[in-house]
Formats: sequence, structure tokens, C-alpha cells
Amino acid sequence: MDGYLGSYATLGILLLVAGAFFAVAYTANRLLRTNAPSAAKSTTYECGLDPAGGDWAQAQIRYYVYAFLYALFAVESVFLFPWATVFDALGMITVAEMGVFVAVLALGLLYAWRKGVLSWTTA
Amino acid sequence: MTVTDVLVCALGAVSLGAAIRVVTTNQIVRAGLWLVVALGALAGVYLVLTAELLAWVQVLIYVGAVVVLMLFAVMLTRAPIGRSDDLDRPRLPAILVGGGAGLGLAAVLADAYRWSYIGLSGVEPGNAEALGREVFTGWALPFEVLSVLLLAALVGAIAISRPEVGERREES
Repeated sequence: MDGYLGSYATLGILLLVAGAFFAVAYTANRLLRTNAPSAAKSTTYECGLDPAGGDWAQAQIRYYVYAFLYALFAVESVFLFPWATVFDALGMITVAEMGVFVAVLALGLLYAWRKGVLSWTTA
Repeated sequence: MTVTDVLVCALGAVSLGAAIRVVTTNQIVRAGLWLVVALGALAGVYLVLTAELLAWVQVLIYVGAVVVLMLFAVMLTRAPIGRSDDLDRPRLPAILVGGGAGLGLAAVLADAYRWSYIGLSGVEPGNAEALGREVFTGWALPFEVLSVLLLAALVGAIAISRPEVGERREES
């Protein structure tokens, strides 16, 4: 294997080996372990006490805003990779293009900062 | 059948199967995780078709960021999470829209390329340099407009998520 696909063959083989390792490990586990399920074993462990009440979860919208900021700047950084390979050859105009792009997104970061989104606790 | 054909067909089948599970499962978090499989298989298709940078961007942005964003949105709106029996699924319109869009795109693509054959060795790999040259010479304006779009999305998300924006802070 050589050429374009050959260069990725190593990665493909590694993925296959990883999948096979996972399958073999779990199959061996399933074959070797004892299996005696009971209702008591399936209950939620809560420091030895019987769990009371229903399940409960809370999530804050701040998690979402952080994830959104991450997605946004991931998109920005993705464009930096192709830019880094060509700006030397294409000259200052490309640097200016990326400068405008980053500056507009920096405005967004500034807005988030001014609105206090970046601080976890409201001071 | 070359290696490329086999890989594209296999990855496409994985992607399609996972996508069907996304819209048929009753557990929303599992739908999100099936979406990871579907998008990952699609990244594999990109990789086989020599669009290297696009494939890794797909993994980084869609699998890494967008699905996480969706899972956070699910946690916010539907936690605690389990089987949801109240999902409305207008099956017939969904099949019509999805099938129509898929068939339409397939028809357009098939009509555009007919039976022309492009060998894998004849194409320039879509690596970072090739994409960068395209984006920063021919597509500079859409690239800049994209930054404004992202900015608008960010400002909108902050404005919706922070009720105290625009009014005086009352609680806390």
C-alpha cells in the first residue's frame, strides 16, 4: 500500500486493532466473569443508604454558552490552519483578511466579556 | 471495485444506518451519540475522497463541538434524561422532505458528472494548503461574511441565555 490511501492505512489498521482489542477484552470478560444479577445490585449506590425520591439533574445555561463559545472559536481556529500554510506565499492581503476575521470574532469575545458571560460566579 | 469504492460504500452504509437510528431512537442522548457515528463515518468518506482537511474539520467541529452543544441543549431542556415517549415524529412529511432532498441532490450530482471517471491519483489532495489557497484568493468575501455570521450567532446566544441583558439585574 502506498500513495494517498496507503498513508492512511496505518490509521485504519490502528482503528481496526483498537476495535478488535475492545471486542476481545469485553468478550473475554463476559466469558470469564460470574453472573448473578439481583435487584439490589441494580439500585443506585448512595453511600449504603437506600436511595429516596426520583432522579434529579440540574444544568445551567452557562454550560451551553461555554460550549457555544468553544464551537465558535473552534470554527475560527480551523481557518487558521489553511491560512498558516498559505499566508507566506500570498502576501500581506491574506494577513489582512485573517486580521479582519479574527477582529470581528474578537468583538464577540469582547461582548461576552462585557456581559459577564466569562465569569462563572456573578460578582 | 477499487479500494476507494469499497471504503466509500462501507462508510456510507455506516453513516446512513446511524442517521436512521438518530431519527428513530426514543432516547435523545442516544440520538446524539448516533449522530457522532453518522458524522464520523461521513468524515471517513471525506478522508477516502482525499479531502483531508475537511475530514479532520468535520471531526473537530461537528463531532467535537456541535454534538457537544446539542447534548448540552438536551441536558438543559430535558434533564433528567431517559426514554422520551412524547417525541412527535411526523413520519410522512419527514420521509417526503428527507427522501426528496436526498434524491434531488443525487439526481443533480449524477447529472453533473454523468459517467465521467476521476481517478484518485489524478486529483490534488484537499489538504490545508490547497484549501487555504482557494479560501484566501477566490472566496475571501464569503470568508469575511462568515465572521459576521458567527458574531451574530454568538451575540444572539448570549442575549437569549442571559435574561438580565437589557434589563436591570433583579435577582442575586
